[in-house]
Amino acid sequence: MKNIKKINKKKEIKLTAKEKKKIKKEKKNYKNKNSVIIEALKIVQEERNWISDEIIIAISKEIGVSYNDIEEIATFYSQIFRKPVGKHIIKFCDSVVCYINGYKNIQKKIEYHLKIKPGNTTKDNLFTLLPICCLGNCNFSPTIMIDKDIYGPVSTNSIIQILDKYL
Amino acid sequence: MKFKKKNNQTHPLTWRIRKDKKPIWIEEYCKKKGYKIAEETLNNMNSKEIILIIKNSELKGRGGGGFPTGIKWELMSKVNISKDKYIICNADEMEPGSYKDKLLIEQLPHLLIESIIIAAFALKAQQGYIFLRGEYIKANINLQKAIKEAINAGFIGNKIFNTKFNFKLNIHTGAGRYICGEETALLNSLEGKRAIPRHKPPFPALVGFLGKPTCINNVETLCNIPGIIKYGPEWYKGLSKSNDYGTKIMGFSGKVNNPGVWEMPFGTTAREILEKYAKGMCKKVKLKAWQPGGASTALLTEKHLDTPMDFTNILKIGSRLGTGVALAIDDKINILSLIKNIEKFFSRESCGWCTPCRDGLPWIVKILNKLEKKQGNKKDIKILRDLCSHIKNGTTFCAHAIGAITPLQSAMKIFYQEFKYSLK
Ligand code: SF4
Ligand code: FES
Repeated sequence: MKNIKKINKKKEIKLTAKEKKKIKKEKKNYKNKNSVIIEALKIVQEERNWISDEIIIAISKEIGVSYNDIEEIATFYSQIFRKPVGKHIIKFCDSVVCYINGYKNIQKKIEYHLKIKPGNTTKDNLFTLLPICCLGNCNFSPTIMIDKDIYGPVSTNSIIQILDKYL
Repeated sequence: MKFKKKNNQTHPLTWRIRKDKKPIWIEEYCKKKGYKIAEETLNNMNSKEIILIIKNSELKGRGGGGFPTGIKWELMSKVNISKDKYIICNADEMEPGSYKDKLLIEQLPHLLIESIIIAAFALKAQQGYIFLRGEYIKANINLQKAIKEAINAGFIGNKIFNTKFNFKLNIHTGAGRYICGEETALLNSLEGKRAIPRHKPPFPALVGFLGKPTCINNVETLCNIPGIIKYGPEWYKGLSKSNDYGTKIMGFSGKVNNPGVWEMPFGTTAREILEKYAKGMCKKVKLKAWQPGGASTALLTEKHLDTPMDFTNILKIGSRLGTGVALAIDDKINILSLIKNIEKFFSRESCGWCTPCRDGLPWIVKILNKLEKKQGNKKDIKILRDLCSHIKNGTTFCAHAIGAITPLQSAMKIFYQEFKYSLK
């Protein structure tokens, strides 16, 4: 278990008024405190890009649940990042339809172009590359998702143009 | 066969869909008879009557399991221990190769909302949640807007349609885990815990969300409700060409000319869907195998194409209908590599609760990797078989691991030559 006092000593981080407001609004949807954790993590991540130990403490104070309750969630779900990530997240679908339609070539092209492997972030902190399961866009496969945008079918040529949009 | 002109009695799920595929907002939805059925139902029927109609229609769940919806509802309606009851719409669509619910949520959000209102009324649930996949951004935006519209029109909230019925509906977006589609794991996730399946019994109908009676239905299942209420079980049964009733959103993906999903009667053959709707295989490739409904369904071959697509007939030929959206695997694909892709997915998505799944699936991936590189030996195939035999009903906590090994087992049976060929 993490030594919370130690984390707390490092640097106390406070949630912004905007974050607090959004979390409060979400709280109204549930009768229990814990249900709001996932949404709170997403809200905070949207502002700060990733979830640090310190921010977990701040969220736990805001919602009134333990540090561990939040950590348990933060490390289980793939959309929550416990380490810093790039400004843009590229998720390439590596599920079966995209496999048949050649996601591997797309992946290779991205890796070559950005000089990173899945799980890594470019040196300039602009992109992080991650695999993801079927994005429900199989009729436009192979598919990738950058931040909140879906693209498909992507080709080894079009992928570079798409990436350029985020420079 | 010529495509029938769509109308509310032939295509109850999709007849309202626009050609330009834009979402149908409340004004257009109401013009197209929307919310009329909910209004009539809430004003003129009681819970028992509604549940009886659904039971008589023999509607089966469209999330992949095919459990009779009426029976699920009846179970829930008999529980009187609590005033708090919940209805949850399972919209955590993550099965590789399936994208049918997305179509309904994105383009017909009000059909889903109207269906949930009727279901909630029948089940006496005062609160509902739509558990939506986090990556479905457009679906989320459209649903949020539609819910707001429905609240403003007085269709969600207090005293709906001037009745005594009050109902609140919220969206809960997931944070990315395939296992959330399993209904009890979904409940844990909704309660803000890790999505690990719960033991059944007790069933959610008795002990569900926050310990209260809860009914969980898939998006497509729910969207069938208004039609059934309006036109009755006999009409619904008559829609189908087989003994599983109603229509189903089915389709084909892979190297086909026109990948997509369409609403059609149960019992339409896979060949008809592949050839007439998906317009056949692309040039230069042939069909080698296919999966009827998602990554966890057993492989089938060309000779099975004439089987009617429904729960019973697909089961008879050794697979499962699953989500009903099929995948064509072409002859350029190495089956071993394809299965490795599928096993990798399931291994990555294991919740980690039980050993055969948590440790067995990565082991399977490792062996397939070896075989793919032609570095395996006969012993590896034996280990694969052993691993599969250790994963069965009763050795794992939920059906995830069993679903995972199903395509592998079928591939080893049908394409054993390819496995043998991969030995060093
Ligand atoms: S079978 Fe797999 S997914 Fe299901 S409970 Fe066990 S570890 Fe979790
Ligand atoms: S398999 Fe890639 S979007 Fe469905």
